[in-house]
Amino acid sequence: MRYHAPQTFEEAAQLAAQAPGVTRFLAGGTDVLVQLRAAMVRPDDLIDIKKIPGTAEISRTADEGWRIGVAVAGAQLGAHAGLKADWPGVVEGMELVGSTQVQGRATLTGNLCNGSPAADSVPGLVAAGAVAEITGPTGKRTVAVEDIPTGPGRTSLTKGEVISALLLPPRGAHGGDAYLRFIPRTEMDIAVVGCAVSLTVEGATITAARVVLGAVAPTVRLVPDAAKAIIGTALDDAALAALTKAAEAACSPIDDKRGTIAFRTEVAGVLARRAARIAYDRARGGKQ
Amino acid sequence: MPKDELKAEFRLVGTRPNRPDGLDKVTGRARYGADATLPGMLWGAVVRSPHAHAKIVKIDASKALALDGVKAVVTRADLPTGLTGEDWNLQENTLAGEKALYDGHAVAAVAATSRLLAEEAARLVEVTYEVLPHVIDVDDAIRPDAPVIREGAADASVPPGMPPNVVRYLDFGRGDIDAGFAAADLVREQTYKTEATHQGYIEPHACVGQLGADGKGEMWVCTQGQWYIRKMCSAVLGLEAAQLRVTPSEIGGGFGGKTTIFMEPLSLALSRKAGGRPVKIVMSRSEVLRATGPTASASMDVKIGMKKDGTITAGRAEFRMQGGAFPGSPVAEGLYCAFAPYAIPALQHIGYDVLANRPKCAAYRAPGSPMGAFAVESLIDEMCRELGLDPMAVRLKNAVREGDTASYGATFGSIGLIETLEATAAHPNLAVPLGPNQGRGIASGFWFNHAGETSVTLAIGEDGTATVSVGTPDIGGSRASIALMTAETLGIRYEDVRVNIVETGALGVNEPTHGSRATFASGKAAVIAAEAAIREMCNRAAAEWGIEPEAVEWVQGAAQPAGPNAGKFPPMSIAEIASKMGGTGGPISGHHESVPDGFGASFGAHVVDVEVDPETGRTTVLRYLVVQDAGRAIHPAYVEGQYQGGAAQGIGWALNEEYIYGKDGRLQNTVFLDYRIPVASDLPPIDTVIVEVPNPGHPYGVRGVGETGITPPLPAIANAIHAATGVRLRHLPMTPPKILAAMKTKG
Amino acid sequence: MSRIHVTTTVNGDTVEFLADPRETLLDCLRDHVGLTGSKEGCGTGDCGACSVRLDGTLVCSCLVLGVEAQGRTVETIEGMATGGELHPLQRKFIEHAALQCGFCTPGILVAAKALLEKNANPTDTEIRYWLAGNLCRCTGYDKIIRAVQDAAAEMRGAA
Repeated sequence: MRYHAPQTFEEAAQLAAQAPGVTRFLAGGTDVLVQLRAAMVRPDDLIDIKKIPGTAEISRTADEGWRIGVAVAGAQLGAHAGLKADWPGVVEGMELVGSTQVQGRATLTGNLCNGSPAADSVPGLVAAGAVAEITGPTGKRTVAVEDIPTGPGRTSLTKGEVISALLLPPRGAHGGDAYLRFIPRTEMDIAVVGCAVSLTVEGATITAARVVLGAVAPTVRLVPDAAKAIIGTALDDAALAALTKAAEAACSPIDDKRGTIAFRTEVAGVLARRAARIAYDRARGGKQ
Repeated sequence: MPKDELKAEFRLVGTRPNRPDGLDKVTGRARYGADATLPGMLWGAVVRSPHAHAKIVKIDASKALALDGVKAVVTRADLPTGLTGEDWNLQENTLAGEKALYDGHAVAAVAATSRLLAEEAARLVEVTYEVLPHVIDVDDAIRPDAPVIREGAADASVPPGMPPNVVRYLDFGRGDIDAGFAAADLVREQTYKTEATHQGYIEPHACVGQLGADGKGEMWVCTQGQWYIRKMCSAVLGLEAAQLRVTPSEIGGGFGGKTTIFMEPLSLALSRKAGGRPVKIVMSRSEVLRATGPTASASMDVKIGMKKDGTITAGRAEFRMQGGAFPGSPVAEGLYCAFAPYAIPALQHIGYDVLANRPKCAAYRAPGSPMGAFAVESLIDEMCRELGLDPMAVRLKNAVREGDTASYGATFGSIGLIETLEATAAHPNLAVPLGPNQGRGIASGFWFNHAGETSVTLAIGEDGTATVSVGTPDIGGSRASIALMTAETLGIRYEDVRVNIVETGALGVNEPTHGSRATFASGKAAVIAAEAAIREMCNRAAAEWGIEPEAVEWVQGAAQPAGPNAGKFPPMSIAEIASKMGGTGGPISGHHESVPDGFGASFGAHVVDVEVDPETGRTTVLRYLVVQDAGRAIHPAYVEGQYQGGAAQGIGWALNEEYIYGKDGRLQNTVFLDYRIPVASDLPPIDTVIVEVPNPGHPYGVRGVGETGITPPLPAIANAIHAATGVRLRHLPMTPPKILAAMKTKG
Repeated sequence: MSRIHVTTTVNGDTVEFLADPRETLLDCLRDHVGLTGSKEGCGTGDCGACSVRLDGTLVCSCLVLGVEAQGRTVETIEGMATGGELHPLQRKFIEHAALQCGFCTPGILVAAKALLEKNANPTDTEIRYWLAGNLCRCTGYDKIIRAVQDAAAEMRGAA
């Protein structure tokens, strides 16, 4: 295995494009190193993108959104007051990934590119309407985060393409988001079900919403019907019941070592209700 | 000695000094299995079967051997033939012969100049398999038409006509079982299941082995028993035991799982083939979970008869346990322990040891007892609820006492079950009010404890300090407790005793640290050895004073004349006697070798409060209480540690831990991510009460405290979940999907 | 496989080693630098026995490549005591019997030290969640939490 530490994304993309064998990008490494150790992947070329200037930075964009570097670790997100105030759901999703130690390394981008339907940070990003900036051998493009994963362990990135930043839109006034997951222990598990909700309100009425489920389908799933169920409501019992039904209907999970189809479907509704309430309170009570 | 002659006041016993190995362990200096490196050392890696059951057609290692730096490959063909009984089982588990018997079964091993190279070479060993039908679940494995794992594995206990995977059958009891059930007001029978769990020690198995063409070998290994390693490796490889010297490293947890061999013979076999270069093998976590001893899984029918006043009139237990592809599940122990806390006139026990395509089970903390307790203690709770009885009162009403015949046939000596239950009932945790969705559960537990072959030497140093050599590796603080007892006996400071865990060449044979025996057996032997040294020191003083040895007594670390008639001499301290010993007859030491008698059984009772999320079925443990009879707590902090650790493992077993197999017979949760042991945030503080009903069979009253504590959590939590939700879970683990489904069914 | 020359600072000392790029920082510390205090319990970031600080950040050294340590600062359990003096956490772990087998202890001490530098007065719950990635199978965690609290109290008093 050859180890590369390029200084620019263009260089990284060229390296990957020209590499003849198996290539992996290394950001936080909390997935790649596990796969290396278990010999699940045996890369010929490993491209460490953390040495590229700016990758460890979180910055405001011109439109009052956020640009998050690909080497920003979870602990850094959690310590960033401004980002946390705007997108607490995005931050809390990332902070649920692994242990304190893993938080010192794991990144949003890595969590996204691992392609797991249970990735804790991805529902929050999708609910927020986040966009990935991709650098490829022929230039840059941007793609909605929900269009990156295409199935367990697979992404829509083509050979030579590397995510060079994640972009969060401006939060705007009267918005709130939240992410909840279900795990059997209190920490250290992969989500059995995850749910992120992002919404905005005018007074008590929800004017816009995005509801996203994790671990109930081959990819993280944006559920427009669930959003419709609460838009125009004050999140009353009827709205919550409709939200529950829409969330359950969107599930096409599997039975596996972490949960059953029936359990995942049921809990998806529970988490949708609970996450919506938190997001709603955040939107109404000002930014938390 | 009689109970009332046991001393109750001590200078050191019962205090909490710093453990002697503490400094090494907090600074990273303590050396564990994987921490040794030797000149010329190679690294080993093991080729493992990906199939649950498969004929091994061909092993081709030519590509591996062609790699530069690969020094040896070992297959079963390199091991001696003609072994029988458990020796054959151990050899077959070390390296598969004709068939791979479970996912992870070792098939070949490779030695190379680096770890990465050894792993690479192991991947290049080509094994051709012919996959066979497999069976995983114990109830499937006992079916008459189940895939046959091994012909002829059944022992003489199995009657003709039994299903082919039954390898041991038990049937024992007492009294008139039918009359017992007829005398009851309520008779209930239920089936319970527990899944296999792993000991989950954080240190993976690791060793460095070296074996020359002359048959002389050395091994550094993390183990609970260096003599077991020596005996088993010698048997598997056809070596002479005396030629193999085994040195135990510090051990990073064992819980029974490090009382046997796995890859240790492979390091020796590879070393011999590689010209005697030492070979280090360190297992990965996946190898630990796939191929080392988990405990058995169990399917259990229990029937109990109870009168309206709570008197238990009869009990019947029929247990089926699989302990992997080899005989040896703890079904007998499970049956022996199941009714042990209860004085029941009529009992029947039936047991089946069943083979399945899983790793060979190893001991795990009170082997068998937690399963039996889960079934019996759950059913007693169910019946108490049905009859409107207080489960604590019922346990007290039926509790065994000194002189009772145990359910398994022995006669109980001094035991402390009543005292334990009374201390439990009086604890403030039982008065804490519970909120909605919360419930409280109680359960009892039992373990025999154990003595076993023991050999200890004590040597007096030139300055009057003492060195104790013991053969029981220290897992939970036994060096501290043995030092305390030795210092107490000699009348010197705790700091003046050093306890060493020594290699196989330094002592007679010792059984491992198992059966809660280290502080009991090595401690008892150390005290007897100290007494022998004291006698010799009295002799030296008597000789110097010119009086009879019988006229000298040992008081506070010094020899002195025993009364005014013996003569008037100032006390002669241990330091003074030691400083002169070269001129008064030579080195002074004491030693003791025996299978000590007098080990004492231990009972415990646990109380747990839980809260269950009605929407997700998730259980939170709110508070936890362990009460257990220690006999005497030599170092109370480490006794509490054993109670807390046992409870934590039991909580994991009850709620989350299990071996999960796919339809292909492969283990699906081979890393800690999905083999879910409790993390710090899962657990509440674990309150402890040490009950002390001294064991008259030990000079300081020790019973052994290591194992009983894992037994009650399984039923206590099931009982608490029932109290919180109204649903009864009879199949562990009690995961959120199972609890939620049960709640929905109940409506 | 060609090895890569790595220069790094470990517990204040400049250290050089040759790393196969596939080797983890844990492998390099243990097999090339001779510091075996950091342990491998899982190799997957689930147990925390390999916890070290990398430029001050608490990480699992099994999830860092050795070559990534180039030019960085690494702190391990072997550097926790200063001179002959134990860190209060080390002392309190011994006093409170917060270790049994001791295999997880180095990782827990390194992690707990990082916590107390960030939060001098943590609640029990904060300690438990901070240490959730440090598995201990012997103690049930009870005495570990008490030892961390006692060390924190002593350090607050000393400050």
